[in-house]
Amino acid sequence: MTNAEPLLRVRDLCVTFPARRGRPPVRAVDQVSFDIEAGRTVGLVGESGSGKTTAGRAILQLQPATGGSVRLLGRELTAMSRAQVRGMRRHMQLVQQNPYSSLHPRMTIAQILAEPLTVHRSVPSQRIAERVAELMTLVGMDPAVVPRYPHEFSGGQRQRIVIARALAVNPDFVVCDEPVSAVDVRTQAQIVDLLHDLQDKLRLSYLFIAHDLAVVRAVAHRVAVMYGGRIVELGDAARVYDSPVHPYTRNLLDAVPIPDPARQRAKLAESSPEPQFRGRDGETGPCVFGEDHAAGGMPAWHEVGPGHGVSCRFWPPGVTPPALKGH
Amino acid sequence: MDDRGTLLQVRDLTAQFNLDGVPSRVVKGISFDIAPGEAVGFVGESGCGKSVTARAIMRLAPEGSSVEWGGRILFRGQDLLTLDEHEMRDMRGRRIAMVFQDPMASLNPVMTVGAQIDDILCRHTGVSRRAARRRTVELLGLVGIHDPALRADDYPHQFSGGMRQRVLIAIAVSCQPDLLIADEPTTALDVTVQAQILRLLMRLRRELGMALMLITHDFGVIAGMVERVYVMHGGEIVEFGEIDALFAGPRHSYTQALLAAVPRIETARRTA
Ligand SMILES: Nc1ncnc2c1ncn2[C@@H]1O[C@H](COP(=O)(O)OP(=O)(O)OP(=O)(O)O)[C@@H](O)[C@H]1O
Ligand SMILES: Nc1ncnc2c1ncn2[C@@H]1O[C@H](COP(=O)(O)OP(=O)(O)OP(=O)(O)O)[C@@H](O)[C@H]1O
Ligand SMILES: [Mg+2]
Ligand SMILES: [Mg+2]
Repeated sequence: MTNAEPLLRVRDLCVTFPARRGRPPVRAVDQVSFDIEAGRTVGLVGESGSGKTTAGRAILQLQPATGGSVRLLGRELTAMSRAQVRGMRRHMQLVQQNPYSSLHPRMTIAQILAEPLTVHRSVPSQRIAERVAELMTLVGMDPAVVPRYPHEFSGGQRQRIVIARALAVNPDFVVCDEPVSAVDVRTQAQIVDLLHDLQDKLRLSYLFIAHDLAVVRAVAHRVAVMYGGRIVELGDAARVYDSPVHPYTRNLLDAVPIPDPARQRAKLAESSPEPQFRGRDGETGPCVFGEDHAAGGMPAWHEVGPGHGVSCRFWPPGVTPPALKGH
Repeated sequence: MDDRGTLLQVRDLTAQFNLDGVPSRVVKGISFDIAPGEAVGFVGESGCGKSVTARAIMRLAPEGSSVEWGGRILFRGQDLLTLDEHEMRDMRGRRIAMVFQDPMASLNPVMTVGAQIDDILCRHTGVSRRAARRRTVELLGLVGIHDPALRADDYPHQFSGGMRQRVLIAIAVSCQPDLLIADEPTTALDVTVQAQILRLLMRLRRELGMALMLITHDFGVIAGMVERVYVMHGGEIVEFGEIDALFAGPRHSYTQALLAAVPRIETARRTA
């Protein structure tokens, strides 16, 4: 690790939704830590409901964090006033998970794309129409359709408009929450190429949240796997995909559907019992790696290779790390 | 086609929007069949008319737009396009159910998730509120929501994207329809939950003889789920066939391009 601070540094980020009607509070994000260097992409994958969207929103200060630190461009975001955060918005943007509800229904595409340009005064007013057209072309859409309203577009077309809006102000960092799940595979490949080109040209950084592990592999330098609010595995994409260590990561990779009818049918037909990842939290005594975290005060995190770490939480009973087998 | 007969026969279906007085035809005379209990897939580029076609079968115009349909949609021989709204309402949800592409827009934001499912069950099956809630909790469990009895009292915004999508699936299968139209039903789900949902759909097909019209961009999903597949492009069906044959030897150049673009898990990031 060098002295230079990465573009984004997240440490021990926590988001808890308060208790309601006799129910315990929901720890949606629990001590999440990772870095993103300028010009790099971190893929965030994991269980549905594991806190990916909430983590992305908390990083962008769209959701109050209950603890931890988020530094972007060397500046602590969690301590900022609303006005200061607003000033940072031109550096950080969100491509929302739901392309339907994230576009204002009564605004035309032209108005939707012009809004961030006027708010951040990123281009002079006489150049706005030109920039809007440029953005449409950038995401592979016909600039002539900008007088139309969002509901007049298909799911995938709206998704591209949402991406265009996020890119309007030339941000440094973009959280892309399921940016390609609504589009066909050819458009997917085009959007992935577009994100790459922008990254090469502008040194953009992405936090890329997605369920499609093949797409994540195609975009991410590093991959974080979330389960139950925590990152359970983090490492270079090749390591996480080729030598996964956490049982949840292995389970996830095993479940990836295969685009081959005979093999995929066979896969669906075999019913493997769901492994039990739950529980084993806050336990005392040695963890699966043989460390006593409660006694030692060390975080529940283990380096298993260069730049590749794994959590000892959420291991099903009886499952041990591959390297420890036979010891 | 085989000897199962047909459940759904779509003939020369067209759909046309009016954009500032200019008619714009987005579905251009397509025909297809679905047999009872059969699973049929629809793939194609974004914007080619898959959702508009699916909504035509439900006879639902996109919100805020008027759409004109043409052709015939025969469900058990009865043309849905000629039914009055009352008869159609009877059809929807009970005989034909749909999982919409947009989970948030199909849920009521000010009503708890459980109450919304209870309502549908009461309306369609006439059971008591108490019995409905029991079934609701069962359905939420079936689609893999943890602590379903507690979670039933949550509002949609308190659910994650994938949890909302599963609620829609629970609602759609709640009345055991003859035909389930699923428009991108698993895009917001992780692959383990996705597999669980796909197995559930398979089981419902097997046990209830439910037919499935599955729209998806995911070729891994379509590969294991359907018997036949229709490929759409620009409002038309450009190719259809048995799933194995189509994967092995796509004929139309668009289908070939589509299959060539399917992302592979083995492919790493392109280096800058
Ligand atoms: N406003 C809220 N109030 C209460 N709980 C919430 C709220 N928003 C999210 N949650 C809960 O926080 C947890 C994490 O949700 P989040 O949306 O971050 O998951 P996710 O990983 O993005 O899932 P998905 O892959 O399904 O989109 C879930 O259990 C969810 O129900
Ligand atoms: N309400 C509307 N008014 C005008 N045009 C519309 C409307 N809804 C859809 N369209 C147009 O109809 C065409 C087909 O849309 P549809 O939603 O069926 O596409 P799709 O195949 O489902 O795409 P996706 O895979 O992106 O969901 C698109 O070109 C879209 O722009
Ligand atoms: Mg999410
Ligand atoms: Mg659609």
